[in-house]
Amino acid sequence: MNSLHETPKPFQTQVKSTMLKKDVPQDIGIAEGMKEVVYAVDENGNYELVPSAGWAPKNIANDQAWEIISGQIEAVKKQIKAGELSPLAYHMVKNQMDESLLAQYVGLFKWKVKRHLKPEVFKKLKKPVLEKYAALFGLSVEQFMDMATIDEGYNPGKDRLI
Amino acid sequence: MKIDFKHKQSAHCESGVTANLLTHYGLQISEALAFGIGGGLFFAYLPFVKINDLPLTTFRYTTGAIMKRTMTALGVQVKTEKFRSPQKAMAELDRVLAQGTPVGLQTGAWFLPYFPPAYRFHFNMHNMVVMGQENGQYLISDPVFPEPVLCDRMNLMKARFTQGALKPKGKMYYITDVPSSFDLQTAVKDGIRSVVKAMLKTPLPIVGIRGMRFLASRMERWPQKLGEEKAILYLGQLVRMQEEIGTGGAGFRFLYAAFLQEAADILKDDRLRECAATLTSIGDRWRDFAVSAARHCKGRAKEHDTFADMANIIRDCASREEALYLELTDIIK
Repeated sequence: MNSLHETPKPFQTQVKSTMLKKDVPQDIGIAEGMKEVVYAVDENGNYELVPSAGWAPKNIANDQAWEIISGQIEAVKKQIKAGELSPLAYHMVKNQMDESLLAQYVGLFKWKVKRHLKPEVFKKLKKPVLEKYAALFGLSVEQFMDMATIDEGYNPGKDRLI
Repeated sequence: MKIDFKHKQSAHCESGVTANLLTHYGLQISEALAFGIGGGLFFAYLPFVKINDLPLTTFRYTTGAIMKRTMTALGVQVKTEKFRSPQKAMAELDRVLAQGTPVGLQTGAWFLPYFPPAYRFHFNMHNMVVMGQENGQYLISDPVFPEPVLCDRMNLMKARFTQGALKPKGKMYYITDVPSSFDLQTAVKDGIRSVVKAMLKTPLPIVGIRGMRFLASRMERWPQKLGEEKAILYLGQLVRMQEEIGTGGAGFRFLYAAFLQEAADILKDDRLRECAATLTSIGDRWRDFAVSAARHCKGRAKEHDTFADMANIIRDCASREEALYLELTDIIK
């Protein structure tokens, strides 16, 4: 699997003997440059809150999580094209849902949602049901029904969904 | 309408919201102090609870409990409400806000428009303080963000009524009464006592020091049991739990060390300062593990990065933490 967010340089392999303020890692990660705060000590050993752009090991772990999601999306796309799943499956994994979470959001039984993942059942869905799904994913019914949407250039973890 | 609320960025949302709310009512409590009084430090490895098919490891105490314990210990009265109807939940938020009262919310992360896409997960235990309204948008002190943020009504409503595990059900809370005086020393001691007890005495093999050793023994067997590929996913998940936004680094160990420093001043006991330094070095050890694990995830594992080596780092953390908690028991006796 290709990495979506290539780490520009190999990360430091040594952890300093204490987390000094001046050594707080600033490895830019997934957060669009937003800095979170971490706890580190100054020269006198006193703790302070210090902004950090990220830390390479953590960034790697985050990238891995998004690669799992990308992998799931790609696998589902193939199954949809092979006629094994309905387009609902694409929107479900894209929105990081499983059948039970999706069922809770649209207020249907899980077994019904599972049925809607079958292409032949999906084709016969009535407008009110389609509207429920489309609204949840922030789409129009036309967009939601359009098989072509599964080929959109969606970049997990980078593109805005809402 | 904007309440004169002092937004302060913090490492962790729950202890940050607690500290910011208390500060608003004149109690100068830092995030670290709120985390410590609330007995926030913890460890549990829960292989049967799966997130995205990967086991859950937690370095902090149960969600919601840290705030509750801190407020109770200081004698602060908090009104908490949950709702069935999203409309009623928003109306009640508006009503309390109009009185000039900052309102805490538990929300999901998924629908918050100001979250960077990379933070979008179905995570339902986020906390924030609503501090006003501007042009139809809510002004929010979200403690993990550097500055106050804006959120429109529709998305805030959705975020308050997310589905899935631990759904917030529109939960909101606000302070109704603050005592004129409180016993900070007792609160700090009780906070330390609850952590020591949880870490040393919980009668479950998956919790506390025993939980760390349990994780170490399981970790050694991951490659054989799960295969290399899945074992690496388990490692990545563990690193995220330990380091991802909200822990302040090293699975809350640095945050708790900062608390121990404050505790040393409050209880006038220099031994607690030494304990803080010890915990800092334990935090560094946890980070050694994260570095090793990340090399695995990148396919760059070195000779000393075997699963057995990593398990030994965790065991080392367990022994060191055990000694630390025994010492803390002695100090607060």
